[in-house]
Amino acid sequence: MTSETGVGASVKRKEDKRFLTGKGRYLDDINRPGQAYGAFLRSPHAFAKIKSIDTAAASAAPGVVAIYTGADVAADGVGGLICGWAITSKDGEPHKAPAHPAIAVDTVRHVGDQVAFVIADTLAQAKDAAELIEVDYEEMTPVVDGAAAVAAGAPQVHDDVPGNLCYDWELGDQAAVDAAFASAAHVTTLDIYNNRLVPNAMEPRAAIGDYDSGNDEILLYTTSQNPHVARLVLSAFVGIAPEHKLRVIAPDVGGGFGSKIFIYAEETICAWAAKKLDRAVKWTAERSESFLSDAHGRDHHTTAELAMDANGKFLGLRVNTIANMGAYLSTFATSVPSYLYATLLAGQYTTPAIYANVKAVFTNTAPVDAYRGAGRPEATYVVERIVERAARDLGISPVELRKRNFIAPDAYPYETPVIMTYDSGNYPLNLDTALKLIDYDGFAARRAESESRGKKRGIGLSSFIEACGIAPSAAVGSLGAGVGLWESAQVRFNPTGGVTVFTGSHSHGQGHETTFAQLISEHLGVPIENVEVSHGDTGKVPFGMGTYGSRSLAVGGSAIMRAVDKIVEKGKKVAAHLMEASAEDIEHANGVFKVAGTDKQVTMAEVAFAAYVPHNYPPDLEPGMDETAFYDPTNFTFPAGTHIAEVEVDPDTGAVEVVDWAASDDFGNVINPMIVEGQIHGGVAQGIGQALLENAVYDPDTGQLLSGSYMDYTMPRADDLPSFKIETTNTPCPGNPLGVKGCGEAGAIAAPAALMNAITDAIGVEIDMPATREKVWRAAQSAQQAAE
Amino acid sequence: MPNVSMTVNGKAVSAEVEPRTLLVQFLREKLSLTGTHVGCDTSQCGACVVHVNGKSVKACTTLAVQHEGADVTTIEGLAQNGELHPMQEAFKEHHGLQCGFCTPGMVMSAIDLVKTHPNPDEKTIREGLEGNICRCTGYHNIVKAVKAAADNMGG
Ligand code: FES
Ligand code: FES
Repeated sequence: MTSETGVGASVKRKEDKRFLTGKGRYLDDINRPGQAYGAFLRSPHAFAKIKSIDTAAASAAPGVVAIYTGADVAADGVGGLICGWAITSKDGEPHKAPAHPAIAVDTVRHVGDQVAFVIADTLAQAKDAAELIEVDYEEMTPVVDGAAAVAAGAPQVHDDVPGNLCYDWELGDQAAVDAAFASAAHVTTLDIYNNRLVPNAMEPRAAIGDYDSGNDEILLYTTSQNPHVARLVLSAFVGIAPEHKLRVIAPDVGGGFGSKIFIYAEETICAWAAKKLDRAVKWTAERSESFLSDAHGRDHHTTAELAMDANGKFLGLRVNTIANMGAYLSTFATSVPSYLYATLLAGQYTTPAIYANVKAVFTNTAPVDAYRGAGRPEATYVVERIVERAARDLGISPVELRKRNFIAPDAYPYETPVIMTYDSGNYPLNLDTALKLIDYDGFAARRAESESRGKKRGIGLSSFIEACGIAPSAAVGSLGAGVGLWESAQVRFNPTGGVTVFTGSHSHGQGHETTFAQLISEHLGVPIENVEVSHGDTGKVPFGMGTYGSRSLAVGGSAIMRAVDKIVEKGKKVAAHLMEASAEDIEHANGVFKVAGTDKQVTMAEVAFAAYVPHNYPPDLEPGMDETAFYDPTNFTFPAGTHIAEVEVDPDTGAVEVVDWAASDDFGNVINPMIVEGQIHGGVAQGIGQALLENAVYDPDTGQLLSGSYMDYTMPRADDLPSFKIETTNTPCPGNPLGVKGCGEAGAIAAPAALMNAITDAIGVEIDMPATREKVWRAAQSAQQAAE
Repeated sequence: MPNVSMTVNGKAVSAEVEPRTLLVQFLREKLSLTGTHVGCDTSQCGACVVHVNGKSVKACTTLAVQHEGADVTTIEGLAQNGELHPMQEAFKEHHGLQCGFCTPGMVMSAIDLVKTHPNPDEKTIREGLEGNICRCTGYHNIVKAVKAAADNMGG
């Protein structure tokens, strides 16, 4: 059945009505009876000893309920924030995990580090009082750049981390790579910086802690992509409350992009303070606070070398990366520049030998963790920039060079030299589709036309790959993950035929309430308006690992399908009884149970009713129609595609106009094409933002975040972007029951390299991101002078 | 504390406020109209846009007391008798929203834009929405939605 509401249909979103009428319930829209308001006092210094904190005047200010410092938190035995992925350095040592107190104890390590939490009857009172706190700091010299932090004599961010080195990790066969380089006819090298980004979900982070003293239960509202994981961490590691006495609700969440995966200091403190005061405590970040305290993304210095034979066949790739972790380890920080990065360095190519060395380092900056793509954009950026540079070096077209090195469509499963087994794909098809979409053949004429107006036109490709659907628990466990990465789902029929789906995935823009309902509509024949998807509440949903790594459909959707299978299996037994047949003779399709070879049938609704009103019911069967399933994937999924950017550069001003964008992506089967396209648009916009506009810049001397507001940090706006031409090719994923691969991160992974390659093509010089007007202008001028 | 009275979504409202109360705080905290959002503290994102006397205004950048006697419309006041405004309808139809956080401000700005430019081309729409940041959609579908709404609104 491809109905109007089933699989493959662009069903309009069920969640839109509330968002469009102002009825969404984001965190700051929620208030608890009697709630107080909290404000954090944050460090103005990048690196300083706290000599003393005087809260006397602040405590006496109007409305102040309590003021807590790091000492109070420590005295109460509240554990520090944790990093849940263990990485082993090449010398066998575990990664360094320095203490990460929710409020700084004796040292602040980045601008914005928490120093005190003021709680008052009103928000204005809390903020006013925070200004009355006197802190005596002894400033120290900070280090903010990753490469500077590992240089000899650099300031030491943590006394117990010599040389600021969190880990020195490697992947791949170094000897094989050395041999490949020894036999190479040509070597192309690359030295690039992947700029630091601030995720900037439009809803700032926020939390409300509330406490029910009668039941000794804490209720925490938090802007989270994974409320169950928050509960687990806050319970097991931070020690806020046992899991069964801690309920975490992530209501409507206004975007995440990774930044709301992590368990932060602020929600920890709200939950703790609520119990201490027996009163609800609410905190909402101001945007300036978000800039300083949300986990940032990227920030890699990388050198790479690609060895090729005389025909441009890739022989070996050597990559050295310094990854900036910031001042402390955020929840999944260690995994991003290691297993989420180096494992994708094969890209779409048959490169037989790859070796990567990654040094993760501490600096006096905000912690860095997963941001849309998380490691995989950094990998694609390295691979796709060096491939285009190699094409230029060798005088081969970038299209041709890619085709010579693509993994063939019949080569799957394909094992790369960096531990991934790609399961399916058709890379040449995506490339050809994208070339057609952008009219690659017509580019020369368009370039000539631009020239005639004094403009420089360029075109750039990026054939990206990612590993999504994170992830088989056994695999990630063996690589150091502290948790399993399965997903749960519960499908509950009500006696009158309506269905509630409880999912451990969390929607913060992805449209699960629609896509997941389509699965039920398709497979159980329930009208889509009778399906409700419930998520984000540990008090309702059995369990969940949440939404990140483009995993919701591949893992969360697969869990729903498992629950659907159980519903069907039980339904067959009920139907058999109702029709006086044997269960083996019952066939099910789209919510109708038939006795094989007859015209006898009953509907899912009739079966569900019988299950709840079991007057005529099989004697050996439990009543009820409510099934829970857990799904643990068997492999990652491997979405891949080609994006092509076309730009026009004004050499006199350095302005770069993105004049066209074509993308051909393989996401496996697609449930809702409209939603998938929307995900690409958003991802590409973030990738273009990184390449052209966005940059989190810390002053190297003072450690101040110079681009700490929307006045200074350039967010992509409507007039910075083009419309996008998008097609999807669909090689079904063999690894999960839906055949889906995931689409949430692809755009952000693919886009930066495509855009930077296009700019290089236009001006003939390579520059680092972001390609600001000044940088482009200088590069274009120097290229022109060199040519003259 | 001064008293401020205005009409919000057709209803007369009146409340005592601290002089420093922003219009957006007045709407969200005093009137519980939480559809108007706050996305920044530098008047850059447009999540807070409402209509004051028919013109779009960033409600985070103006004090409640400045609007004595004004006629204010928020996102909650757009739908009439359960019927979505054509701009709301177009955003739904063209998938012009994802997380929905920027959406109220975006819709309010877009309505004003179409009022000023009844038949906007893509460039006009993109430039006209320059004061509203959306992190989710890449604007592609917002532009489509605004164009479609402009057509439907009889531009
Ligand atoms: S809240 Fe950002 S402009 Fe008003
Ligand atoms: S829909 Fe999320 S910010 Fe626009």
